[in-house]
Amino acid sequence: MPIAIDDVRHIAALARLAISDERAAATMGELNTILSHMDALSAVDTAGVEAAIGVGARGTPVRADSGPPIPLAIGFDAFAPSYRDGFLLVPRLASHESTESE
Amino acid sequence: MSGASPSVARLRDDVMGGRCTPSDSVHAAIARANAVGAGRAGLNIFASFDHDAAREQGKAVREQLNEAEPGLMVGVPVVLKDNIATLSLPTTCASRILAGYVSPYEATVTRKLREAGAIILGKTNMDEFAMGSSTEHSAYGPTLNPLAPDRVPGGSSGGSAAAVAAGIVPVALGSDTGGSVRQPASFCGIVGVKPTFGRVSRFGLVAYASSLDQVGVLGATVDDAARGLECVSGHDWLDSTSTELAVPEFHCAAQASMAGLVVGRPKEYFPTSLDPRIRAHCDRALDRMRALGAEIRDVSLPHTELAVPAYYIIAPAEASSNLARFDGVRYGLRVAGHGLQGMYENTRSAGFGPEVTRRILLGTYVLSAGYYDAYYRKAQQVRTLIAGDFSKVFASGVHVLFTPTAPSTAFRLGEISDPYEMYMSDIFTVTANLAGVPAMSIPIGRIDGLPVGGQLMAGHFDEMTMFRSAYALEAALGAEALA
Amino acid sequence: MTSAGIDTSAWEMVVGLEVHVQLRTRTKAFCCCATDFGAPPNVNTCPVCLALPGALPVLNAKAVELAARAAIALNCNVHTTSVFARKNYFYPDSPKGYQISQFDQPLASAGYLDIGTRVDASTIRIGITRVHMEEDAGKSVHDRYRGASAIDLNRAGTPLIEIVSEPDLRSPEQAGAYLCVLKQILEYIDVSDVNMEQGSLRVDANVSARRQGETALGTKTELKNLNSFSGVERALAVEFERHVRVLASGRTILQQTMLWDANTGEVRPSRTKEGSHDYRYFPEPDLPPLILSIAWIAKMTHDLPELPEARRQRFVAEYGLGAYDLDVLTANPRVSDYYESVARAHGDAKTSANWVMGEVLAYLKANALDISGFAIRPADLAQLLDLVRDGVVSHTAAKQVFARMVLSGDPPAQIAEREGLIQVDDDALLAGWIDDVIAEMPDEAERFRKGEKRLQGVLIGAAMKKSKGRADPRKLNQLLDTRLGS
Repeated sequence: MPIAIDDVRHIAALARLAISDERAAATMGELNTILSHMDALSAVDTAGVEAAIGVGARGTPVRADSGPPIPLAIGFDAFAPSYRDGFLLVPRLASHESTESE
Repeated sequence: MSGASPSVARLRDDVMGGRCTPSDSVHAAIARANAVGAGRAGLNIFASFDHDAAREQGKAVREQLNEAEPGLMVGVPVVLKDNIATLSLPTTCASRILAGYVSPYEATVTRKLREAGAIILGKTNMDEFAMGSSTEHSAYGPTLNPLAPDRVPGGSSGGSAAAVAAGIVPVALGSDTGGSVRQPASFCGIVGVKPTFGRVSRFGLVAYASSLDQVGVLGATVDDAARGLECVSGHDWLDSTSTELAVPEFHCAAQASMAGLVVGRPKEYFPTSLDPRIRAHCDRALDRMRALGAEIRDVSLPHTELAVPAYYIIAPAEASSNLARFDGVRYGLRVAGHGLQGMYENTRSAGFGPEVTRRILLGTYVLSAGYYDAYYRKAQQVRTLIAGDFSKVFASGVHVLFTPTAPSTAFRLGEISDPYEMYMSDIFTVTANLAGVPAMSIPIGRIDGLPVGGQLMAGHFDEMTMFRSAYALEAALGAEALA
Repeated sequence: MTSAGIDTSAWEMVVGLEVHVQLRTRTKAFCCCATDFGAPPNVNTCPVCLALPGALPVLNAKAVELAARAAIALNCNVHTTSVFARKNYFYPDSPKGYQISQFDQPLASAGYLDIGTRVDASTIRIGITRVHMEEDAGKSVHDRYRGASAIDLNRAGTPLIEIVSEPDLRSPEQAGAYLCVLKQILEYIDVSDVNMEQGSLRVDANVSARRQGETALGTKTELKNLNSFSGVERALAVEFERHVRVLASGRTILQQTMLWDANTGEVRPSRTKEGSHDYRYFPEPDLPPLILSIAWIAKMTHDLPELPEARRQRFVAEYGLGAYDLDVLTANPRVSDYYESVARAHGDAKTSANWVMGEVLAYLKANALDISGFAIRPADLAQLLDLVRDGVVSHTAAKQVFARMVLSGDPPAQIAEREGLIQVDDDALLAGWIDDVIAEMPDEAERFRKGEKRLQGVLIGAAMKKSKGRADPRKLNQLLDTRLGS
């Protein structure tokens, strides 16, 4: 199932990557070449085979519900691109309609 | 190289014995870096370094000498791959998106090295976000192979490998997601170890593919690597995938012989297409091990050929998610654009290089609706089969496996431009990451002056047997490893 | 609900609710940052919840415990293996670019909730599809800075459970009842503040309409921005009518997210374009699966606090409470606990009920207080009721004592003593007050003597007043009869 140019645009949008038409076409070719090698997988019979998840079969460890948190050695102003009154500022959402978010 | 660094053991002994101060050791390392031309215009080994800070650290380590139990790395200068968080130097992953970023916290491995008395000389160049096999995909430009400056040092931990190969430091940290420590070790004629997944904390290692990433160690010798790994290993509650198993004294494996060990020779790693000169070096190494009393047994890991396709689905998938946090909101590069979405897209497009972009797109695709089962789920099932191959072989009485580390010696800068061809340079190394088993590369010979690495792999958390074999093989080969 | 021109009677509403509940832990789900409400922006953050490069999540044991407790209370099957998954989407308040959630292997599934009975006395049972764990996002403030949104990540990483119901609800009233019952259960098992105003409980609704008698589900829309239970009911009614209007006219419903505007009472399509909602879920590689032993789940089940229905039944059996008293006294677990402590210590369940429902709740309501901050301990209130029963203080005086107990928290006997509110049963004193009253109100006294019995209240009241409420009214009556006996 080769990737079409619209697929490239779709995944670029999902990944928040701007992509020119020219790059989209080239990327389509590259991804299709790479994915053609992945087709070897589809020939493998994996019926009844568990997908490998979570190395470490004993389950995730849990921690006590207490602090302290890992401290920050330097303040936000040293690394944040836009920081004011304690807030991180971002361009306002063009489509935002309410203060509720996902 | 005549001006090479003394070994980890030697440096520590000299410092402990008062024959040299930690500051002397730092000065000597800086002098070696200058002598080999490690800088941007030369081998381009470093992403960043701060000689003054290193000298200060050297002075501070002096204090540790009076402690009851001085650390394993007292007075040893080290370098860290630029994807390991440090407080003193930037942590940029050789990416524009993290240009100048200084981490507000440090990695567990960084802390362990400091506490053991090591002195951090600098951060090393790498393929951006550890995605690559040549250290050409870096915002800082390519690192050159110290043994042949027209060639790549391998990657993605190429800067760390080059720093050790150039004799600047005896030991360095890298990270190995699909071979990124072992393949550059092979290309640079040094030792590179990827421990069992879970042996070393990943806390503070900037994630590429979380289920495959492991901090690894590059050493001039097996002993240097063993001591380095011993220092950074161990349980860390901050990494939920870190094991609670105790850390053996890896360097004590030097005492044991190979007599009685069963060495598996998996046929899939010796295809007819394998460079006959590499095959010959492997055969010689196997002969030496046989002479040491090991039994060489032909074995099969039947799903090996599926490893690269599975790897290049799983790793980009995880990467596409791991790299979503680089969004220009909290740290790193921000490039303004039309509204929030414009800012996201401009920041990420300007910040990531072409290979990272390619893998993010590939990973996004294989996880997207309608393709998950065909790609990601399938790849994780194949991963189970690959891990099963290893389990069966080790359960059958095989102690270690021996294979070539890479299908070629160091290639020329710019020689490989096709992405998939580059991916195939990981063909012998990705399996250990997929299965989570420990693996290491040691020099076994040279072809036209270029090093060839042999890979040893062992069962989960059985680094001791792997090191035991590596020490013995290294000693048995002796000067042959340079020929 | 009806509205002009729309006859919805031929249509059936089908609703499923997704309820997010913040778990009451001290620290966040995957890092040690405090979950305090109201700290200055971005103060409760660390490398993990800021998603700094290289930081990793570590699961909070308490969050697992509270989530499992809730799942068990909702009659779910808690799974011995559940898997955390990444839900990938970009939003500035989601620092990692993904939310750690659970997807195809949730913590628990297949539960139910009974929300009342039908006319035929059968139970209305609402299926719970699943309960899973996840982390909260940060907050975005959109109106503070020109052209910018301000991000506060204090809330990012707070543990949540999402409770997803089956599409079993058939009316706004049922949805409201479901939420009330759910909230009450969560309060009883003490896993959350369940406060919709503060956002510790959030509701999204999936709603569709179909012709009565049909079994297939219609196209649903998702209702968001529902900020109160009554808002949920109103929004459902409005959206259902919209569905019916569209469907009845032969058009089709677009599957989309709708936002409720409580001010205008309208729903409108959300314009937020978050891609095509392709969340690219995959198992979280930084966290191995969550494995719970059967023994642990059994212990959680055994240790589950008493649920509201069980308590209601017990209160009827043990305290003989009537329907109204029962509703009031079991609505809130802390009020219920309080009542039970008073009743046990005092012994008279009915008197205890009257006092808790009367004086206590009235005071709390008047002062907008929660019972957890109430100054009078149950044992002290019981003691006050003992004093009344034993005739040590009068009912009237007891109310004065109560008013002082609320302020000082002192024991009732001490207050009664100090304030001179101990009931007087000394005949000489009582007779003196009666004689004074007769002297001061000769007209009334004479009429009473002549048989105008309704004046008894006036005369006793006057005597009570002279005693400053301390006189034993029974004895006063006797004395009055003796003096002016007819």
